[in-house]
Amino acid sequence: MLTFTIRRLVLAIPTLFFISLVIFMLLELAPGDPMANVPLTVPPEVKQKMREALGLGQPTYIRFFKWLYQFYVIEPMHLIDVLFNTTMTEGQLRVISWQTRSPVMDIVAQRIPQTLWVVGLSYVVGTLIALPIGIYSAYKQYSVFDQVGTFVSMVGFSVPTFFTGVLLIVIFSVWMPRESFFWFPSIYDTTLVVDSWENFGLQIRQIVMPVFVLALYNAAQISRFMRASMLDNLNQDYVRTARAKGLGEKVVVLSHVLRNSMIPVVTVLALGVPQVFGGAIITEQVFKVNGLGQLLITAIQANDLPMVQTLTVIFAVLIVVFNLIADVLYGVLDPRIRYD
Amino acid sequence: MTDTSQPTKAPRSQWWDVWDQFKTHKGALLGAVVFLLIVVGVALGPLFWDIDPTYIDIRARNQGPGGAHPFGTDQLGRDIMARMMAGGQVSIAVGLTAMLLALLLGSLVGVLAGFFKSLDGILMRITDLFLALPLLPLLLVMVLLFRDPLSQAFGPETGIFILMVTSIGITSWMPTARIVRGDVLALKEREFVLAARSIGTSNKNMILRHILPNVMSPIMVSATLGIANAIITESALSFLGLGFPPDFPTWGRLLFDGVDYIQQYPERVVWPGVAISMTVLSINYLGDGLRDALDPRIRGR
Repeated sequence: MLTFTIRRLVLAIPTLFFISLVIFMLLELAPGDPMANVPLTVPPEVKQKMREALGLGQPTYIRFFKWLYQFYVIEPMHLIDVLFNTTMTEGQLRVISWQTRSPVMDIVAQRIPQTLWVVGLSYVVGTLIALPIGIYSAYKQYSVFDQVGTFVSMVGFSVPTFFTGVLLIVIFSVWMPRESFFWFPSIYDTTLVVDSWENFGLQIRQIVMPVFVLALYNAAQISRFMRASMLDNLNQDYVRTARAKGLGEKVVVLSHVLRNSMIPVVTVLALGVPQVFGGAIITEQVFKVNGLGQLLITAIQANDLPMVQTLTVIFAVLIVVFNLIADVLYGVLDPRIRYD
Repeated sequence: MTDTSQPTKAPRSQWWDVWDQFKTHKGALLGAVVFLLIVVGVALGPLFWDIDPTYIDIRARNQGPGGAHPFGTDQLGRDIMARMMAGGQVSIAVGLTAMLLALLLGSLVGVLAGFFKSLDGILMRITDLFLALPLLPLLLVMVLLFRDPLSQAFGPETGIFILMVTSIGITSWMPTARIVRGDVLALKEREFVLAARSIGTSNKNMILRHILPNVMSPIMVSATLGIANAIITESALSFLGLGFPPDFPTWGRLLFDGVDYIQQYPERVVWPGVAISMTVLSINYLGDGLRDALDPRIRGR
């Protein structure tokens, strides 16, 4: 198991390298000039100097490796510095945003909590809704519950999140009277500090709609997987054996079948995490949550290439890491799959 | 009576079996009908509803549904029903073309990787690499980079159309490639391939005559899911303001424009949203039924 994990870890490095290269080369084609907003009275030589100060003007491969070093070495070291009060990266150049001229990672760090709250909570809620539905609809296959569940989950992943979000805003923010209990704010307020029960209530209220939108979408997919996986196991011989031994239905379904059915579902759950971050880009835009997705959109509109590059690579790192986690988890959970 | 050694009725092609199985799936049948209605509606609708979707009638602006404008008019007095039809044409056209491109790429990579052992490793590594790319951020970046050059080269509408179709196409071929490769690998071990090989069939004929017809069913299922995926992606990009230009309606763009007026005229958000959702839902049901119908293990039970 350990060699398998190490082998997968080693394989992840070239993948990350190539993804970084692809993203870097794609952005290399970008037409934008960071000096476009500098007044025309500034002479061209000075502009050239300013460009060089931003790290431009060197050959592509040098900039690529410098950027790799900054992103994969200096930024993690800086994180250690911040966490443990060390000074390893003092005076080292970090990845600088063209918009704010401050380190990209500092801005990312400001935005991560909002995204994590909304995305993380919605994934947890979605999973908690999906698992029981999936289990019960597989157990009662072709029952009314199953058919309704199938229809709802089909609707859940066919209706795009930007429409469910907007629809919820129409119903719960526009049509609902302001003083009603079921009125929810359509804009996520990040400045809200949770320091009292009242503010905690406000925080819950403003997070309900974005979380619900994303949770519905996630639950639709996860419940399908759960149902399919349960169905695969329910007809196996060991289930008949367990029933023949006289075990109760509850034990058979919830401990024998469920534990085996969870193996593929857990990996699917791990694989889904980065996609949820990607999907949150749209939901954040709908509810004006100033998280990572919204940061990416504003950076794209402002032509802030270092920011776009860093964020895209962060999303890629998430995908690679969670692929790795899914692979290892599968090996841990299912002894038949261990490759070594 | 007639000669009994003759078959009494013509042999049924397998597509009749597929159709028989498909018919039993009520949701799929309904999905097919709804999808056809939507396609016919947006394609032929403008023949009967001949208001120009870009005609500005500022005196009739912001009208509610009913009367001369069944879906109402927007803030410039343009007829929303006409705009919905025009938008639907673009959205479905983008969906179909992007799906075809993704299918072509996916099948090509899948068949090559499955059939030629020497290409398998490298092609599958590339597929894995593409699967590990963050697609939505990359799509946004691609739109940012190539919007202006392509608009200048082909005009704003055609340029963005090409951009949308290619970027969606080259970011969604991977699942098809994987499924097709798996099927080709299994097919290659079958006796009929060995038989064809033994009478000297060339690689080209082997792929075109024997392999491709047998992997048609997974390709068709990916095709339906591909249309749904492409329509959603296009609408999402338009919704983020990075799609077609403002005066060029697509369903996603109409939804995006409607959000600004959500307080006063919520119905403007609902029309395109329902159109996108209905289309995608019907296609997904269609794909579901097609998957069951094309699977010989389920068929005939």
